[in-house]
Amino acid sequence: MNIAVKPDMKSARDAAYALPLAELNPAQGILFQTDTMWPYFERLRKEDPVHYTADSEFGPYWSITKYNDIMAVDTNHQVFSSDFTYGGITIGGGQANFEPLPMFIAMDPPRHDIQRKVVTPVVSPANLQVLGPIIRERAGKILDDLPIGEPFDWVDKVSIELTTMTLATLFDFPFADRRKLTYWSDVVTAVPGHGLIDTFEQKMAVFQEYHAYFTNLWNERVNATETKGDLISMLAHNPATRDMSPREYFGNVVLLTVGGNDTTRNTITGSVLALNQNPDQYQKLRENPSLIPSMVSETIRWQTPLAHMRRTATQDFEFQGKQIKKGDKVVMWYVSGNRDDEVIERPNDYIVDRENPRRHISFGFGIHRCVGNRLAELQLQIIWEEIFKRFPVIEQVAEPKRTYSTFVKGYEHLHVVIPKRV
Amino acid sequence: MPKIKYIEHNGKEHEIEVPEGWSVMEGAVKNMLPGIDADCGGACACATCHVYVDDPAFAAKIPPKTDMEETMLDFAPEVQPTSRLSCQIKVTKELDGLVVRMPESQH
Ligand code: FES
Repeated sequence: MNIAVKPDMKSARDAAYALPLAELNPAQGILFQTDTMWPYFERLRKEDPVHYTADSEFGPYWSITKYNDIMAVDTNHQVFSSDFTYGGITIGGGQANFEPLPMFIAMDPPRHDIQRKVVTPVVSPANLQVLGPIIRERAGKILDDLPIGEPFDWVDKVSIELTTMTLATLFDFPFADRRKLTYWSDVVTAVPGHGLIDTFEQKMAVFQEYHAYFTNLWNERVNATETKGDLISMLAHNPATRDMSPREYFGNVVLLTVGGNDTTRNTITGSVLALNQNPDQYQKLRENPSLIPSMVSETIRWQTPLAHMRRTATQDFEFQGKQIKKGDKVVMWYVSGNRDDEVIERPNDYIVDRENPRRHISFGFGIHRCVGNRLAELQLQIIWEEIFKRFPVIEQVAEPKRTYSTFVKGYEHLHVVIPKRV
Repeated sequence: MPKIKYIEHNGKEHEIEVPEGWSVMEGAVKNMLPGIDADCGGACACATCHVYVDDPAFAAKIPPKTDMEETMLDFAPEVQPTSRLSCQIKVTKELDGLVVRMPESQH
C-alpha cells in the first residue's frame, strides 16, 4: 500500500462520525500514519472529552482530549502515576511481552526528581550557550552540502543529521557511530511489522546490542580519572545514580535517546511541511525572520511530536463526571489538546505570528515537563536562521511518509527540492 | 493601584501599575514585558515565570510556597532562596513597591 498519499479527510470524517461513540478508538497507528485521526479527536472534544474505549489493541483506556483536562491530569501526579511498574508513559507500556524499563520519566517522586536533576545540567542555560555555536556550525555545513535543483529526503539529510549530531555531543558518543543512535531510537518506538522491524524478538536483539554499546561507554566513563560533562559521565559519577542497576541505566539511556532525537527531528521536518502547506505564512516569515522563535513554538504546537503521554490511576477518581477506576490507563492526547479551540484560537491554522505561541501542550506540564525543551527550540531556531542565509525556498515535492505510531508523531521521509541559493 | 518594579536580567527596569487581584506574572505578560514566558498561563505547572524577590520585608508579605510551587521551582535553573513563581504571587495593596528580578532565561 502506498501510504504517502494525501490524507482523505472527507472519508475520515465520515468514518469518525458514523461510529457509535462508545466504539470510538483513536489509538490506531494507521490513523496517525494516514494523518486522519483529526476528526476522531474533534468529535471527542465536542461530544465526550473524557472518553472510555473498552476495547483496543492496547486494552481498555481513557482518552483525555481537552487542553485544560490534560493540564489537570498532567499536574496531578499523585492520582495519575507515571511509574513504569504500572506500565509507564505510553499506551503500549505494560502490554504482554513488553516490560517497561525503569527511567525517570516513568517514575513518580521522589525517585523521579532525584534522577531528573542529575541530567538537567546538560540543558542548563550555561550549557546551551556552549552548544549554540556548535549546532550553528554543523547546521551551516549540513545545509551547504545539500544538492540544488534535485530532490532529496529532508528527513535523512537534515533533520536526522542535525539532531543526531547534537545527541552524540550530549552523550559524548563516538561521532562516527552516531547514526546508531538514530537507528536505536527508531527501533525503541517502532511497532513490529510496520517497517523498521518485523518481530518483537528482532526488537529485543537490537536492544541487546544497544545496551551492550552503552555498557561499554559507562565502563569507560566510570573509570575515567577526570569527569566530563556528558550525560553518561553525569549518571556514572553522581552519587544519586552511580549505583543504578544496569537495567535502570539503560532505561535512562533510552529515555534520553528518544527524548533528544525523535521529537526535535520530527519538528524540524514538520516546519518545512507546515510552511509549504501555508505559503502565506512562509512568505510572512521570509519577510520577517525575527518571527523565527514564534514560528518555532507554533510548529511545536502544530506538529505535537509526541501525540500522547499515558498515566495510570492510583485510586478511584471522579474526573469531569466520569468514574476513573484505580489501575485504569489514562491517555492524555497532547495532539488533541493542541487543537482545542476553547484555549487556542483557530487551532487548526498554522500562524507564525500567533499572539501566544508558547501556549501549547507539546512539552507537557507539571513535574514531567520536557527537560530538553529549550534545546529543541534552539536547534529549530538555528536551522531556520541558517536556512534563510542560504535558500529562498525549500519546496516539498511529495507527500511525506508518516510514522505508524500512536506515540511518535513524525515522518520517515519528506522529499524536497531547493531550486536555488540566495 | 500597587506599583511593581520588574528588573530584567540585563538591569533594565520597568515600573508597572498592576491591579489588585492580578498575579505578578500577569502584570508582566499583559504589559508585554520581556523575561517572563508563563507557558502554562499561571497554573503553577511550567516554572517559566520564575523571579527573585530579594527584599525580605516583601517576601514576608507573600504567602509561603505551596508544595506544587516548591516542586516546580525545584526543577528550574538558577534557583536561589529568594526564587518564586510570579504566577503564584497575587498583587495586593501591601505589595505596593514590590521589586522582582528576572533570571537570565526561563526554562
Ligand atoms: S506561569 Fe507556569 S508556573 Fe507560573
